[in-house]
Amino acid sequence: MFSYCADPSTLDGFSWLACYLTNGKHMAFWASFGTVMVLLLITAPAALVFGFGGAMAARSHIAPLRWLGKGYTAMVRGIPDIAFFLFVPIALDQGIEWLRHKAKCPDWEEPIRQGSDFVVCAAAKLPLSSSPQWVHETYGFFLAVLAFAIVFGAFSANVLFGAMRAVPHAQMETAQAYGMTDRQAFWRILVPQMWIYALPGLGNLWMILIKATPLLFLLGVEDIVYWARELGGAKTSIYAYPHPDWRLYYFLGLLVFYLGLTRVSEVALDRLSRRLSHGQATMAGEAQRKAAA
Amino acid sequence: MSCLQTIQDYALRSVGIGERLLPRSDFTLCEQVTLIGSGLIWNIYFGALALSFGFFLATGVALAKNSHYRAIRKPAEWFIFVFRGSPLFIQFFLAYEAFVLLPKSGLEINLLFTQITAQTGWLTKAWAGALIVLFLNTAAYSGEIFYGALRSVPKGDLEAADAFGMTGWTKFRRVVWPTMLRLAWPAYTNEAIFLFHATTLVYFSGFPAWKQKGDALYYASYFADKTFNPFIPYPIVAGYFILLTLVIIGLFGLVNRRLNRHLPAQQRPRRPRMQLLR
Repeated sequence: MFSYCADPSTLDGFSWLACYLTNGKHMAFWASFGTVMVLLLITAPAALVFGFGGAMAARSHIAPLRWLGKGYTAMVRGIPDIAFFLFVPIALDQGIEWLRHKAKCPDWEEPIRQGSDFVVCAAAKLPLSSSPQWVHETYGFFLAVLAFAIVFGAFSANVLFGAMRAVPHAQMETAQAYGMTDRQAFWRILVPQMWIYALPGLGNLWMILIKATPLLFLLGVEDIVYWARELGGAKTSIYAYPHPDWRLYYFLGLLVFYLGLTRVSEVALDRLSRRLSHGQATMAGEAQRKAAA
Repeated sequence: MSCLQTIQDYALRSVGIGERLLPRSDFTLCEQVTLIGSGLIWNIYFGALALSFGFFLATGVALAKNSHYRAIRKPAEWFIFVFRGSPLFIQFFLAYEAFVLLPKSGLEINLLFTQITAQTGWLTKAWAGALIVLFLNTAAYSGEIFYGALRSVPKGDLEAADAFGMTGWTKFRRVVWPTMLRLAWPAYTNEAIFLFHATTLVYFSGFPAWKQKGDALYYASYFADKTFNPFIPYPIVAGYFILLTLVIIGLFGLVNRRLNRHLPAQQRPRRPRMQLLR
């Protein structure tokens, strides 16, 4: 990074630290903070979409669809999310490969499960074994995002289902009195009004999501936990920057990062809820009106 | 090998009783169910102990956060902020690295008249180290729940206690504390469920599984790695945890009924709804 970093063994003090913190591996470490933010920014809307679907299914008039929706929302209460994070990526991976195998190699004779191996024909592999490294990494990240979206979709389905029920019933009756169909009443009356009821729950969910991001490490993604362990471990003098076991300090850094992230989110969510409560016929809205008067 | 034999060999494997080696090939369904069930002992151990110790610290933290004195309130606020604001996964890693750095030979503690050596090796073992983290973590979450409940104890109840001439400990023991618990109980039930789920993180977060004695999810991922078939071990774990969750809901429901037994039937809160307060 800096010109004086050419020979690290001659450095000491601040310049050593400056060079150490800007070497190639540390640049990958800093970039992995970006990975976490990308995960958050992709997963949050994806989970919302899954959740909306789940809540709609749970309200459905068609019984099997309703059972599916209810089952989806109920599962996160009984089963640890970590089990999902371990299960979903490998299950999806095998499922997709199995479908591609059926489609691309119909005349394949051997069974797919041979003892403790999962064998599909070479053309069905995803990503293909010939594709470059970054495709493999992106595919792994994509599966991780999907696992997060499924779990947090179930959480948010729960929140949205509650929010849809919290919209005053009279509103829906008025819509019917105006001759709206069920579908119109849902999209024009229910959905625009439910967000204020959903906000506290969704805000909480956002906090849970932030605190779940280090689990990316379990899914084999090279995230901040991976790099903190890698860089913090004791380095002998064969490395350019030898140092004793510093993992404690790296994890302290991560702790501070997460505390900052949750604190900023908390403040932002408070502001948002104050903005949305403005003029609402709720306790918070009433308190604002009184304070202003 | 019959299933009964498997149960004899592996039912207590996670605590070190029974067969030394884990099955290596030709896994039967019975082996998977038995061994994963054996791992569940650790989940119950971590969850039950952390919850019962954490309950008392949480009450203390809630009271401290409610205190008029800044010197008492601030530490409680910071404790809750640090443990609720950061991921449990990072807390496990941090605690493990901190415990590893403690001197192997033990800490020399000088107590004026005598010198004692505090052994520190056991802190790096999961049974103690992870339990401490889970204990502090659940104390922070429940402390916040209890604090919220403490703030919503009805004013009339406190005035009634004053009118009866109750003060200090008697007032707390007879009026404030039971009402606080009653109000907090639905949210506390959720916290208990999430805590038991969080125990599955222990063996994936730095704390090594010594002699392959791990929890339910540890054995499930062992089977999934060996057979490369996730569709059997993970549903088994899921089944066990659904049962465990139902047991927790049942037990907490009994306590809830006792806490609310003085209320007329129509005022009693119905079955607690799922809340997401983590």
